Amino acid sequence: MLSTLANPARFMRISGAALSWLGGASLFVLAAGLVWSLLLAPPDYQQGESVRIMFIHVPAAWMALSVYLFVSVASAVALVWRHPLAEIAAQAAAPIGAAFTLVCLATGSLWGRPMWGTWWVWDARLTSVLVLFFLYLGYIALVNAFDDTSRGARAGSLLALVGVVNLPIIKFSVDWWNTLHQPASVVRLGGPAIDVSLLIPLLVMALGFGLLFGWLLLLRMRTALNERKARALRLYGGAAAGDADGQQPVTAARAAQR
Amino acid sequence: MHAFLGLIRHDLRLAARQGGDIGLVLGFFILAVILYPFGIGPEPELLRRIAAGIIWVAALLAAVLSLDRLFASDYGDGGLDLIALSAMPLELAVLAKSAAHWLTTGLPLVVVSPVLALFVDLDPAALPALVVGLLLGTPAMSLIGAIAAALSLGARRPGVLLTLLVLPLYLPPLIFGTAAVEASLSAEGARAHLLLLAALTMAALPLAPLAAGAALRQALD
Amino acid sequence: MSAVAAYFTMGGYAGFVWPAYAITAAVLGGLSVHSWRRYRASCEALARLQPPDRAPR
Repeated sequence: MLSTLANPARFMRISGAALSWLGGASLFVLAAGLVWSLLLAPPDYQQGESVRIMFIHVPAAWMALSVYLFVSVASAVALVWRHPLAEIAAQAAAPIGAAFTLVCLATGSLWGRPMWGTWWVWDARLTSVLVLFFLYLGYIALVNAFDDTSRGARAGSLLALVGVVNLPIIKFSVDWWNTLHQPASVVRLGGPAIDVSLLIPLLVMALGFGLLFGWLLLLRMRTALNERKARALRLYGGAAAGDADGQQPVTAARAAQR
Repeated sequence: MHAFLGLIRHDLRLAARQGGDIGLVLGFFILAVILYPFGIGPEPELLRRIAAGIIWVAALLAAVLSLDRLFASDYGDGGLDLIALSAMPLELAVLAKSAAHWLTTGLPLVVVSPVLALFVDLDPAALPALVVGLLLGTPAMSLIGAIAAALSLGARRPGVLLTLLVLPLYLPPLIFGTAAVEASLSAEGARAHLLLLAALTMAALPLAPLAAGAALRQALD
Repeated sequence: MSAVAAYFTMGGYAGFVWPAYAITAAVLGGLSVHSWRRYRASCEALARLQPPDRAPR
């Protein structure tokens, strides 16, 4: 499947069809998730209505990590197999991951305030997500730090790999650090266990976030490919459009017939 | 082997000639530690509680300071191209440069740390754990820092970029290093944490040159 | 207090729950709007550079 998508023109065709489907699906699922989170789910007996924040916070944390793994895998594919779209996919995904990270941090803060009395809590999940946020920032900064965009793309791919190798080590050390400095009480946003009635809105929101990621990813990748093609056209004229596409444009062929 | 030692010797001679580099790093390290009592007050009890953290954070920041010069001068004057064309693999060159960096940054920090421990009222019983921890952890910082330095070669604002890239990667040595100091004062002892620090350095020894070498090749293309 | 108004107070947590949902909508919605606008702009720029092909006569 990856090799069939390697051709930019074919990717544009397939993603164009998928785009509207993903957009519609994510809207529908997110709407359903919101209804469930805000209306149907019962308030928690411990945390009351504030548990509704968890329906955003936890799925956002899942997305933050998953998208980083996606960026790493795409970067590995770019470096090892030189798949032409892999770098574009990684760079398109990173800001989306950073956005989910931001949402997770903000909702975590708002959730922690009524529970623990402070606007920031150094619990294991929030701390790990904070580190993840800086990993995203570093990646985005590195990719954009070079005048030569291809150098930035390749450096970013390498950084993503270094980051993903370090991620388990960092997570382990943060968890260790957390248990070292924690008082006996369990400081874990979300309490010890999640009831089934709370699990459904959680999963629906997670699915909605996932579909939203898919839509945003394809959108940003198509944008990048459009911009790349426009740049080539401006610099090199009609022939470049053929190279960028993998097929001959009709205009160049007609010109050759004259 | 000869070329490897030669590269280390070359970098050390350069550092000695410029002199200012080691002095700057040490000066920053000392100043950063001394600032804390001014900021939080001189009560020994309070300082003792955070002494390990202060020294380790200051060591980290001081190490980051000198990283952007690791490859930059060779990159600028073409020396890096010569190394890439020579028989010595780029990864070995990274190892040599990291060694030189540690000798001019990490090792002086380790030597000075007992003196600084005085200023932050560190419990003397914890001093061995601090020194050994820094000894085991600073090579990892030089090696990991080399990756970030290689990645940011030729970037706009390499210094700032490098700091942003490397600080999350420095969290594990920081956490284990400070934990070792605190553990040495308790019944369990610092052994587990020091072993973890050693493991980090051991893992970084083969892996960091691989990553940094790849990054250097990207920069030289 | 009517049932609707009681719902909006979120058992006293209104000051936390609603801003949480609002920030999420703002960040994700903002990213979506920005990405969509940039996409439309790229499509239009490309269309201007590549006039639609006419069938050869």
